[in-house]
Amino acid sequence: MALELESLTRRYGEREALGGVSLSLGEGQTLVVLGPNGAGKTTLLRVLATLLRPHAGTVRVLGSSLPDESWAVRGRIGLLGHEPLLYRELSARENLRYHARLHGVDFARVDELLGAVKMAARADEQVRMLSRGMVQRVAIARAVLHDPGLLLLDEPRANLDPAGAALVEPLIGPSCGRTRVVCSHDPQADLAGADLVLGLRAGRPALLAGPADVDAQAIEELYG
Amino acid sequence: MNAVTDRPHPPPAGSGAAAPRRGSQPPGFARTVAALLRKELLVELRTLESVPGMSLFAVTVFVIFHFALNRTGVSGDEAAGILWVTLLLAAMLGVNRLFVADAEEGGFDGFLLAPCDRSALLVAKALALFSYLVVLELVAVPAFALLLLEPSLGPALPDLPGVLLLGDLGIALIGTLVAALAVRTRARDLLGPLLALPLLVPIVIGGARASAPLLVLTHQTAPALRWPLALALYDLIFGLIAYAVFDFLLED
Repeated sequence: MALELESLTRRYGEREALGGVSLSLGEGQTLVVLGPNGAGKTTLLRVLATLLRPHAGTVRVLGSSLPDESWAVRGRIGLLGHEPLLYRELSARENLRYHARLHGVDFARVDELLGAVKMAARADEQVRMLSRGMVQRVAIARAVLHDPGLLLLDEPRANLDPAGAALVEPLIGPSCGRTRVVCSHDPQADLAGADLVLGLRAGRPALLAGPADVDAQAIEELYG
Repeated sequence: MNAVTDRPHPPPAGSGAAAPRRGSQPPGFARTVAALLRKELLVELRTLESVPGMSLFAVTVFVIFHFALNRTGVSGDEAAGILWVTLLLAAMLGVNRLFVADAEEGGFDGFLLAPCDRSALLVAKALALFSYLVVLELVAVPAFALLLLEPSLGPALPDLPGVLLLGDLGIALIGTLVAALAVRTRARDLLGPLLALPLLVPIVIGGARASAPLLVLTHQTAPALRWPLALALYDLIFGLIAYAVFDFLLED
């Protein structure tokens, strides 16, 4: 199993941001996480990325128990969050080379990915000069730079036009072959590639089903 | 969990923990430090947020002292005190900016997701701050000699740089530790100096005492080694403390 969660709980002070989340996800499968703003989707991703500690329950990511074995999964996770994790004053190429150095990845991979997201021509411009869509494409290149086994994607198509979304599909879409956890506000688009759907509401699981069992009414109840 | 278990040891044999695919190897400590330091200096070169501000502040303070004291110059204890307090306050500007880009642009998360020894960030940031302080002094010390110092700077030069470098090392280590602690708080601009200044008082005392005999009108025999050694010892102690606790500061 790529992911095994049992009664995962995470609090911010007294407030429980995430509670009672239990699920299993096989290697190469996709978990789509739905829920209104503040439901706990980003918190779930940050716990899985080892950036937040779980406060209760058990979490196993790629066979390693968190937080005790966090060191074993760092470098095998690709995170694409709301922040691109890019320095605005550095160019796209400089940012990717910086991350390549931290992950021990060859620079040829940087050039390969800049080409894949069609940013080779503007790779030497500072990130602050790029449009949001371009920054998102570079951020996607950063997330997959080290060929991670688990991709954690928070609204991955944010800021991307249809052409940009199609461009990054082979890197982060269902066909990429990696285990994926995708937080989405676009169920229509993301349920197609899902193997499992988790609906969160106020930090608690309100829905856990296969995509075939998630109909319009279930989604409406989740967001209602 | 403690810091030891959280460090990126190689996976135990038979743990089943695979390395990243594509044959990539986690970088060693020195390579990680080099990557972080390179990025740090590149960002500073592009933004010029720290060093010019620190230098301008120091020169401005010397100009203010020049007119406020209304004297031909200062020497000995007074000169050493003015020099070190000014350098310390200028250094605080750099300390406050040290982690801002990382906190605001997600650099912390990017680093924490990488399979690196987290202490590398302490070393790289301290080296960056140390280099900023050296550049600051290259500007500030001649300005100090021009505006305030009564004796010539020449006779002090063989020994003064050594004392300044020892002070810089302590400021860099303590500044990095405090900046990492303060940057995740809302009141970081206030908390940084409030935490750092008391810890840096021994550096100022040691630096000023070691410098004072070098900044007198008539040079005596070789300066006593007591204060430079005290500075070095303080640097060593805080280097060890910083290494021991830095991982915890990066933890959730």
